[in-house]
Formats: sequence, C-alpha cells, structure tokens
Amino acid sequence: MSAPEASSTPSPHAATTRPGAPAAPWRRVAAQTVFETRMILRNGEQLLITVILPVLLLVGLVRTSLIDLDTGGADRVDFVTPGVLALAVMSTAFTSQSIATAFDRRNGVLRLLSTTPLGRGGLLAGKVLGVLVVELVQVVVIGGVALALGWQPHPAGLAPALLAVLLGTAAFTSLALLLAGTLRAEGVLAVANLVLVLLTVAGGVLVPAEQLPGALAHVAVLLPSGALGEAMRGALVDGAVPAFSVVVLLGWTAALGWGAGKLFRWH
Amino acid sequence: MPDSPAVVLRDLVKRYDGRPVVDGVSLTAARGEVTAILGPNGAGKTTTVECCEGLRAPDAGTARVLGLDPIGDARELRPRVGVMLQDGGLPTGVRALEMLRHVASMYARPRDVDELTERLGLAGFARTTVRRLSGGQRQRLALAAAIVGRPEVVFLDEPSAGMDPQSRHAVWELVRELRADGVGIVLTTHLMDEAEDLADVVHVVDHGSVIASGTTSSLLAAEGSDGTRTVRFDATPGLDLTGLSPLLDPAAAHGWTCQELRPGAYTVTGPADPGTLAVLTRWLADRDVLAARITVGRRTLEDVFLDLTGRHLR
Repeated sequence: MSAPEASSTPSPHAATTRPGAPAAPWRRVAAQTVFETRMILRNGEQLLITVILPVLLLVGLVRTSLIDLDTGGADRVDFVTPGVLALAVMSTAFTSQSIATAFDRRNGVLRLLSTTPLGRGGLLAGKVLGVLVVELVQVVVIGGVALALGWQPHPAGLAPALLAVLLGTAAFTSLALLLAGTLRAEGVLAVANLVLVLLTVAGGVLVPAEQLPGALAHVAVLLPSGALGEAMRGALVDGAVPAFSVVVLLGWTAALGWGAGKLFRWH
Repeated sequence: MPDSPAVVLRDLVKRYDGRPVVDGVSLTAARGEVTAILGPNGAGKTTTVECCEGLRAPDAGTARVLGLDPIGDARELRPRVGVMLQDGGLPTGVRALEMLRHVASMYARPRDVDELTERLGLAGFARTTVRRLSGGQRQRLALAAAIVGRPEVVFLDEPSAGMDPQSRHAVWELVRELRADGVGIVLTTHLMDEAEDLADVVHVVDHGSVIASGTTSSLLAAEGSDGTRTVRFDATPGLDLTGLSPLLDPAAAHGWTCQELRPGAYTVTGPADPGTLAVLTRWLADRDVLAARITVGRRTLEDVFLDLTGRHLR
C-alpha cells in the first residue's frame, strides 16, 4: 500500500506539483467524450434507435415502394439517403441525448461530474463531442449501406452536408438539453421518442416539406427537422444547402440554446 | 491562502421557493479534522454542503472552502475538493472500475486506483455495472471516486447510508487515515454513532440552523459545570415523578430536576452520588417497575439533540 502524500504541506510552487492538480483540459474533455460515446453505443435501446432503425428505414424505402415518393427525377436511393441521415442526426443529437442527460440529471451524475475538475463546461463539451462521434459511426454505417444500394451523392455536396449535420446537431442538442434540464426523466423518455416519431412522419425529414399535406407543408419547412432534411437533400442531391434552411437551423439553435442556458436545472 | 480552514460558513442562507432551508448557518471546519453536521432529515444538511460544493448559490451569507469561493473560484477549487453525494451520482450503465478510472482521469496525479480498489474492497464487483451494485457497494465506489484525486477537503453526504457494518468499518478507517494526512473532512449524518465515533467536531443542525457546536467530547461531557450529573432511565411511560425529588435528597430537593423527556425515557439531574441510584431503584421497585436501562453521566448525541429540541433525531 503506497503511503498517501501529505497534501496539507503548503508550498508557493505547489501549483504544478500539488497532489490535487487537474489533468489538462483537453484530456478531461477527451476522457468524457470516450465515456459518453461508450455509454451510448453500449446501450441496446439507444443503438436500436440510432443505427438499426435508420438502416431499416433506408433499406425499406429504397427496396420497396410501399411508400410512394416523388423523387423529382432522382434515383430513389439518392433521394432517400439524405433524409435518413438527417433522421440519424436527430435520433442521436436529440432523442438519445435528451434521455441520457435526463437520467444522468436525475441520478446526480451531472452534479457529481461537475464537482470534478471536468466542470460543467467540460461535461457539456464531452456530451456534444460524444454525439458527434456517434454520428460519425452512423454516417459510416448508413452511408456504407446506401453505397451498397447504389447511392451516388453529389460530390460538391459532401462539405455542405457536413455543415448541415453540424448545424442540425447544434439545434437538436440544444432542444435535447432544454428538455432534459426541465422535465422529469420519465417525461423526457416519453416526449423524446414521441417527438422523434412525429417529426419523422410529419416534420419534413424523410418526405420533403412541400410534399406534406395542407398547412403542414408550410409549417414543416420552419421546423428544425424540415430544415435539416431540406439541407441534407439540397447538399447531397443538388450539391448546395439552401440558405433558408441554414437560417432556420441557426435560429432554432439560438432560441433553444438560449432557453436551455436559462432554464436548465442541475438538480 | 495555504492556511485557510477547510470550510468557513458565515450566516449562510438558502431558500427554496421562498422557504428558508438553510437559515443563517455559521461554522468552521478545520483541515486534518473530521467535522460532522448532525441533524434529522430535512434539517438543511445536504443543502449546506451543496453550497460548499458549488452546486448551489447561497441566497445570503458566504461560503469559503480553502479560502476560495465555491462558485467564483470553482475552476481552482474543483481539483482540490472531493465530493460524495447523498444519491451517489454514479452513472448506472458503466462498470464500477470503469467509473472510478474515469474520475481518476480528471486529475494529473490521482491516487493509485488498484490500491484504492483493494482498500475499499471494490475488486469483488469491479466489472459489475453500477446498476447492479448494492447500496453499500455504491457508497464505497462513490467514496473512492471522491478521494481518487487526492483532495484537500472531502465532503461526504450521509456516507454510511445503506452500508453493511463491514463496509462501514472500511470507510471509517479510510476517513481516519485521510484525517491523519491532513485532509479536512466534512460529513453530514443523522447517525449518532457515526458522529460520535468519527467526528472531532460536531455541529448539530435543526430547521436550517446550528443549535449546538463543539468538540464531540465537550458536547457529550458527562458532568455539568456545577457538578451535576444526569441519570437516565428507560421504563414504563407515564410514571408520576413528583414524589421522587424529595426522596433523593430531602435537604436539596430543589436541586433536582426529574422529567420524562419522551414517553418512557426519563432524566434525573442533580448532585448524583452512589446513594442516588439506590433511592431510584427502590422507588422503581415500590412501583413494581423494572427499568430497561439506567445510565449515569454519559450523554449521547441523541440525548444532546433531545435536550435541545425535545425531539428524536430520527
């Protein structure tokens, strides 16, 4: 058993040698990112909703014509894949993240980790980076399946699509934190899944907003889901993200981020 | 500020929805000592400690930990403070050892995780997910996480809750060792024996205020300053005590206080001597009452609390 060092000996040069020195900030955030990623990928339900469900939707929509799609002349796989990627972003940045954060909040995990050198900022950074890592896994899996199905994304659209993913992640993570920081964990569980289903069906993600019935067509383009769907299709089908979608996503990020910052309760 | 005490609270106030939960708490906790905040559930113990941990901002008054502001100086303070929350705060989906290693990775020079694992007997469930751990196992893991960063001050909120006696022993040993190393330990508890056995200084809180403070020995002092002692006995409730004082010492009947603090628990306070017990047991025998317990002098923290509030700690 190693003798613990006397930690009470004061020294003017203690800043770097003091026993309780924190690890470098990037190491703390990196450790938290790995920790968050591992927790998401290890959770069967999360994996089902973030990876398996989108892949099933992709294959189902491309290989069957159960759902009639007006692809505007594009190949079915080219038209469907961007929407499925948008859905994947929503499932990770919003549903998965809000549920995980809500339960961490209830179980005191957020409070405990915020008392370590990680702090609240590091915890948040780790969560966002964890989301991005999981999204990378999703893009690789879904993109791989899509390519096998004959997907040919617009080459000029790859960088804009990345931008759209980042903007969508920002908006939906903000929404996730707003929910997780204000509602009870069980409430978040219900709301997050329900909202994902509603947005998938009627939010302009898989089916373009303009093809939705009635007033929904006008509403969906203003939703973060519709904007992300439009942005992804714009990038990967036509090679450019519509400016309107960018504005909508930025607007939602600003509003939801502000709300989350104001209303998030740690207890 | 190398010589600042572990914790200094001045007139700390914290309200929830306008209702004061912590209502003017002032106390100091020294380094190298175990300071217990003792009180019933709902007395404001956890909120007090949360103000020290930077988890809550006080509505009035100040909290200083190692001379620093827990919120304003959080960045500087966090690496030097270890926290064990009442509800654990452990993520449920990870394995025990994984969690401990993760917290250790937040520090430049953490304690040796293997050594800590052995000390607290975590090896047996190192690969079990937190969700499946028993209450005592979780508490031991949470304690390990609180001290893995070699903190100078440790806050333990109800550390023995849900622990079996063996775990408790291991935890107390470790706390004593930390104290010997100069670490300041602040623990909240509603367990008298925990405070009595472990703490150097006890602050008794009730309704958000400190109602008694002192070294454990001074609070438990057997003898009053004027040479009086207290004899306590447990017997059938509702005994009529009026005739007891004159029997004890006819000359100094006014010097005796006999009361039933709560049903069945009596105190007899005055210049007690060996004859006092003989009189008392005779008096009980005359009433055909068999006392379940008679103690002289030694008070417990339970008695202290009872004397101060007229209520039980639990």
